[in-house]
Amino acid sequence: MGEYTNEELQSILIMQGFSGLSLFSVLLLMGLGLALIFGQMGVINMAHGEFMALGAYTVYYCSTLTEKFAPAFGPYYFVAAIALAFVISALLGALVEWLMIRHLYRRPLDTLLATWGLSLILQQSYRSLFGAREVTPTLPEWLMGSFAIKEGLDIPINGVFVLGLSIIVTAFLILFLFRSGFGLRLRATVQNRRMSGAVGINTGKVDRLAFALGCGIAGIAGAAFTTIGSTGPDSGSRYIVDAFLVVVSGGTASLLGCLASAFGIAQAQSILEFFLDGTKGKVATLLVIVLALMIRPQGLFPSKVRGH
Amino acid sequence: MKINKLSQFIKLACLAAATATAQAKPPTAEVNTTGLAVTDDTVTVGQLHSATGTMAISETGSIQAEQLAIDQINAAGGVLGRQIKVIKEDGASDWPTFAEKAKKLLVSDKVGTVFGCWTSASRKAVLPIFEKEKGMLYYPTFYEGLEQSKNVIYTGQEATQQIIAGLDWIAKEKDAKTFYLIGSDYIWPRTSAKIARKHIENVLKGKVVGEEFYALGHTQFGSLINKIKLRKPDVIYAIVVGGSNVSFYKQLKAAGITSDKQTLLTISVTEDEVLGIGGENLVGFYSSMKYFQSLDNPNNAAFVKAFKDKYGADSVIGDVTQAAYLGPWLWKAAVEKANSFDIEKIAAASPDIELSTAPEGYVKIHPNHHLWSKTRIGQWGANGQAKVLYESELIEPDPFPKGYQ
Repeated sequence: MGEYTNEELQSILIMQGFSGLSLFSVLLLMGLGLALIFGQMGVINMAHGEFMALGAYTVYYCSTLTEKFAPAFGPYYFVAAIALAFVISALLGALVEWLMIRHLYRRPLDTLLATWGLSLILQQSYRSLFGAREVTPTLPEWLMGSFAIKEGLDIPINGVFVLGLSIIVTAFLILFLFRSGFGLRLRATVQNRRMSGAVGINTGKVDRLAFALGCGIAGIAGAAFTTIGSTGPDSGSRYIVDAFLVVVSGGTASLLGCLASAFGIAQAQSILEFFLDGTKGKVATLLVIVLALMIRPQGLFPSKVRGH
Repeated sequence: MKINKLSQFIKLACLAAATATAQAKPPTAEVNTTGLAVTDDTVTVGQLHSATGTMAISETGSIQAEQLAIDQINAAGGVLGRQIKVIKEDGASDWPTFAEKAKKLLVSDKVGTVFGCWTSASRKAVLPIFEKEKGMLYYPTFYEGLEQSKNVIYTGQEATQQIIAGLDWIAKEKDAKTFYLIGSDYIWPRTSAKIARKHIENVLKGKVVGEEFYALGHTQFGSLINKIKLRKPDVIYAIVVGGSNVSFYKQLKAAGITSDKQTLLTISVTEDEVLGIGGENLVGFYSSMKYFQSLDNPNNAAFVKAFKDKYGADSVIGDVTQAAYLGPWLWKAAVEKANSFDIEKIAAASPDIELSTAPEGYVKIHPNHHLWSKTRIGQWGANGQAKVLYESELIEPDPFPKGYQ
């Protein structure tokens, strides 16, 4: 690195740190909903990626409609679109829970198969409904620039935005689970379903809400990704691998584990990518994860109580 | 008397017409000695593309363009007086399926020719079948070269045609000395990067300051962009494929790498990809292609109009779509030159066939079954269309370039 000035190296260090941080926020958003659904309900949701894609499509259609009917609303529509992405994905999640998932509780391998089928159905529906081409929404100008702190040091605004969003979602989720009545009922149901039912908790309703919440978070994640990537019928299958990596290496059921593993994977990948090339960086990251799982097969933060 | 004369005249006219048709339509036994699906009125051809699966995004344009060419040929009287019928098969983005369907088209359906394939992987999967069963494939995609077959006509550019003229132009025009190569991780980008590196180092006397490949579908380019900033290359040379392009260009823009500060030349972005990337994320960057929808010539004006009339005003035409459109026309020309549907005779007749009606201007088939073509540099605008800044001479195809391997 002798050929670069100290100042340049400093800027790169900051930008590189930030790109690790922004990858962390992306992975965290991907993993949260999945970890919630598995951790609390014991359902392995293979269709998680498709719920993310649904969120992304929601933003795309908001963008097209805004351009067509209310161009003046252009700079602001994105925030509303994220909220809508949450609502739509959560509604579909609730529907899916009612139609399919509730018949399969406590049978994790069957939910794996069933939701995998669901993911194929959703992918094909997206292809038929939205077309096979990849799409990308027109993003508001303010989101696309960068904070040019000084010459050679730029922090991408969309990265900051996704980081902020993932912090808000995580904080909201933690508060919700540990400080709200619903969170209390949810945790009670997870610990002892029959007892919870006996004390008057409507466990079926709790399940549906928890599943919908997980799917809604996937929708938010998908909406956030439109700032950095494209959306297509099979985007979901691209997201799902990373999401599973995060959740599995974090200790499937634990939100704290999800947080820690997202951070670890993101930093490992970002550092390795910088010193190796892209493909080697990814391979090295996977090796690190495999090693970590060999040493701790139950993940970083295995939860003491599993939901089944 | 009058009536008699009239009936005589009609008889004569009928006779003349019959002779004319007989001339345009030679007997089937003469033009088809190998038992292909050719009758006195029709000839059946195959179309083998991915209508489903991950490649459907790219191959849809090729399917549409081939169908358009076939419709136009039929409307103008067909091939050797026979109307073209099409059997469409779906390779479903799955290479074994491509091989299976190719066999079905050639062995059971006995098609006259096949238009199809897109990825190199699918072409490699069907190639042994076309050679064994003696079929003919018109392949439309620009690709890495290092291949030549009597049973394939390659209507897209091979690597040297697309790469060398583009690099020469950018080196001269932008006085570029240092290059950063970035691509998706599979055979086409890797071979292309190899050829580009050889040309940069040996011919242009420049320097490659970085070369990296990312998995297909990769969406995080933050670290790469930081490295680019550190190395400050004169030119970013991009061979990123598919949806990754969207992430790549969005993140470049967000990191402040825009065309007013940084020159970028790509060989993997056509009008189709721009549709997904969004023109605003690409403004001012360059693509090196043989065809752009904005080409200003009468052939292209007619082609674009016909395409949009058939597939909607919103449809766009990329490089490969145009190359696919050439397939049926080149086949028709070869059949008519050979005066036969036999594959052997078509292969023998193909070299030196010219198409002055090609939307890209003019093409000619080389004895190595690739096309002589021009390479053009387009600069992207916010509307998703490219402005053509440079046009090379006709370049001889060279799938096995010496000194570049």
